[in-house]
Amino acid sequence: MSEISTSSAATTAPMPSSRFYVKEHHPEHGTLLGFWMYLMSDCLIFASLFATYAVLGRNYAGGPTGAEIFDLPVVAVNTSLLLLSSITYGFAMLEMQKKQLNRTVLWLVVTGLLGAGFIYFELSEFIHLIHEGAGPQRSGFLTSFFALVATHGLHVSFGIVWLITLIFQIKKHGLTPENGRRLMCLSMFWHFLDVIWIGVFTFVYLMGVLP
Amino acid sequence: MLDHIDLTRLIFGRLSWDAIPFHEPILMVTFVGVMCGGIALLGALTYFRLWGPLWRNWFTSIDHKKIGVMYIVLGVVMLLRGFADALMMRAQQAMSFGDNAGFLPPHHYDQVFTAHGVIMIFFVAMPLVTGLMNFVVPLQIGARDVAFPFLNNFSFWMTTFGGALVMASLFVGEFARTGWLAYPPLSGILGSPDVGVDYYIWALQIAGVGTLLSGINLVVTIVKMRAPGMNMMKMPIFTWTALCTNVLIVAAFPILTAVLAMLSLDRVFGTNFFTNDLGGSAMMYVNLIWIWGHPEVYILILPAFGVYSEIVSTFSSKRIFGYTSMVYATVVITILSYLVWLHHFFTMGSGASVNSFFGITTMIISIPTGAKIFNWLFTMYRGRIRFEVPMLWTMGFMITFVIGGMTGVMLAVPPADFVLHNSLFLIAHFHNVIIGGVVFGMFAGINYWFPKAFGYKLDDFWGRCSFWFWTIGFYFAFMPLYVLGLMGVTRRMSHFEDPSLQIWFVIAAFGAALIALGIGSFLIQLVVSFLRREQLRDTTGDPWGGRTLEWSTSSPPPDYNFAFTPRVHDNDAWADMKANGYERPRTGFGSIHMPKNTAAGFIIAAISAAIGFGMIWHMWLLVGAGFVAMMAAIITHTFNYKRDYYIPADEVVRVEGIRSSLLDSHV
Repeated sequence: MSEISTSSAATTAPMPSSRFYVKEHHPEHGTLLGFWMYLMSDCLIFASLFATYAVLGRNYAGGPTGAEIFDLPVVAVNTSLLLLSSITYGFAMLEMQKKQLNRTVLWLVVTGLLGAGFIYFELSEFIHLIHEGAGPQRSGFLTSFFALVATHGLHVSFGIVWLITLIFQIKKHGLTPENGRRLMCLSMFWHFLDVIWIGVFTFVYLMGVLP
Repeated sequence: MLDHIDLTRLIFGRLSWDAIPFHEPILMVTFVGVMCGGIALLGALTYFRLWGPLWRNWFTSIDHKKIGVMYIVLGVVMLLRGFADALMMRAQQAMSFGDNAGFLPPHHYDQVFTAHGVIMIFFVAMPLVTGLMNFVVPLQIGARDVAFPFLNNFSFWMTTFGGALVMASLFVGEFARTGWLAYPPLSGILGSPDVGVDYYIWALQIAGVGTLLSGINLVVTIVKMRAPGMNMMKMPIFTWTALCTNVLIVAAFPILTAVLAMLSLDRVFGTNFFTNDLGGSAMMYVNLIWIWGHPEVYILILPAFGVYSEIVSTFSSKRIFGYTSMVYATVVITILSYLVWLHHFFTMGSGASVNSFFGITTMIISIPTGAKIFNWLFTMYRGRIRFEVPMLWTMGFMITFVIGGMTGVMLAVPPADFVLHNSLFLIAHFHNVIIGGVVFGMFAGINYWFPKAFGYKLDDFWGRCSFWFWTIGFYFAFMPLYVLGLMGVTRRMSHFEDPSLQIWFVIAAFGAALIALGIGSFLIQLVVSFLRREQLRDTTGDPWGGRTLEWSTSSPPPDYNFAFTPRVHDNDAWADMKANGYERPRTGFGSIHMPKNTAAGFIIAAISAAIGFGMIWHMWLLVGAGFVAMMAAIITHTFNYKRDYYIPADEVVRVEGIRSSLLDSHV
């Protein structure tokens, strides 16, 4: 938001009193705090899903267990794609601060592609599981597994849509303060999803293959 | 493969002519009545050419004051619906004894009590609370609007369209028959195969998004936009309670969203979150919904506490007693509200140690609440009390709420709860605190801030009628339920065999009739006040001798609230200004930077409601198209970079000039 210029009427009369009011007051911009609060509320959605997984995660109902269906090498590749995408997003932010439009866009594109790769692997894992008869309807374990992982994947997908939108917007309007703020919000969102994924990877996949 | 797709089913899903309740005379008469009323209203709007102004000045407005007023209008309209349900239940229970089956068949009665609970909590209490916070908080902290004005408008419309879905269930299909929290397995697809629970889920999901966003909005507003000098411990108590409430909203509503989404997955895709077989756990639902549900009741009551604090202090002409303890009490309640959820299901069988932990935390909550009651009493002590209508509601609250609080402590004792659980004693208890606490608080707040919003006071006589009918009616309606509950009568019954119980239900029905008179008096109060608005006009902007910053503005305040941002030195900022020779500035005005109105909030919320309707009826084509449309609308909205404008200095000078001459003419 641009600074407010004082108009002609403002300069003519002297201020009668200053104990009780100020001429111009510019509160700090609240977008980042607001977005941070949104992330924390989103975090609670994941917390509910994690809690559900903690309660239902061993209810196999005679169906497959985590150790039987998780393909850790694929998940490891997947995880590294997502972690890498956080780093590349960081590079995009560095370039943004140097006001390098094209390089910012380049790193954002790389980030988006890594995210898309992550989604690709996740979807193929899901399709594979469903074909094997280990779909979300099979047991409490699979229900809570699919819900948690798919909710994360849905977030990443929306992040990619947002990323594409933002690329168009910074192409159109340049690296304005407003766009900088938007990039910052998406950055927080992207890193947040990374943190959630680390939780998913640890609690669902790594601990899931334990006997 | 294409010929396998049934196009009718793709478009209409489960919806057919059977969904229209032609065979239910009560619903059809209601439907005809609503249609006549609706057509009359729409006709009047068209005749008086009000569509344009309504759309431009209200529906698309991002002014927190107008959004606040719209929330309150929504709350009052839905109160009429929720109360109609209450009257039907009271009438049914008063007559349905022995051979008399009453006038509501059980499947309809079950929908009525579910709709009553859902509407009263989500679409009456929440809009009233949010409306008051929206209207008052920015004025109290010396801000020109909330932090995210567009989001504010969007939140309002999400809440409204959520309410519209509940209303739609009256005439298209049916509502849930599960009680207001829709416990599985009853709310699962086997227990409730029809659309009722889906209406419930999607109405709450859509309204819940609105509530969450408005919570974030107000927290950021309070944290970031306070006038210079107003540190946290100089904020008015109402702003403090609003802050705590909105923190609670942000920390509680996501859990509701998650748990309802899981229930929805169980119903639509046959997953096993809460099913009885294949490893689901219905207890998981009960835990999660109450982890949201308990903070929710504090979300409702804390702002009411804030209203009482403002009113007691203003009408006792004194600073609030124990400001610091009031703030700490509010914060402690906020934290404790997360540590008590299990007291809603002591009988679930968590074991003695878990039950005692939650029983004790529940009892502890009564300590900060009691501290607040004493603070209000000590504020009145040696004050110059003016018994205006808002003060009457406040005193009615103090007595009524203490009774409700004490029965709450009784229920907090697990062994007692095993006897009282699911009985009418519980019903009496929570109506005692919600009516005596939240509803009284909202009427107090509406009477208190009405002159600020509209420029004239509400009529005193009808306000008093409303207060006395409500209060006496409340005692008649709910004290019998305590008695019945102690006798072991369970809740949610549409028929009784034991004729000796009937007299208590008749007394309760009489109480409900008195409350109806109370609501009627309130509506008459609005009309009479409008007709007498010239006599009731508030020219000063400070009709009650207020103490906080909202009373330093004109009534109604200008669009920009404050031409100059106030500087705060004391927690009763306006009282401090009056005491120290404040003179209103009459020159030196500049242009003011303000956000522009937008229709985006309305459009996106309307599309969400369409998606919700599609999800309810399994109209997958509508859901898909709606989803695409919503993404398009959101993305289009983000491409709009010109969201603000300047109110020119001349306009500010003109508006302030009107106020100056008004003040001069009424010295």
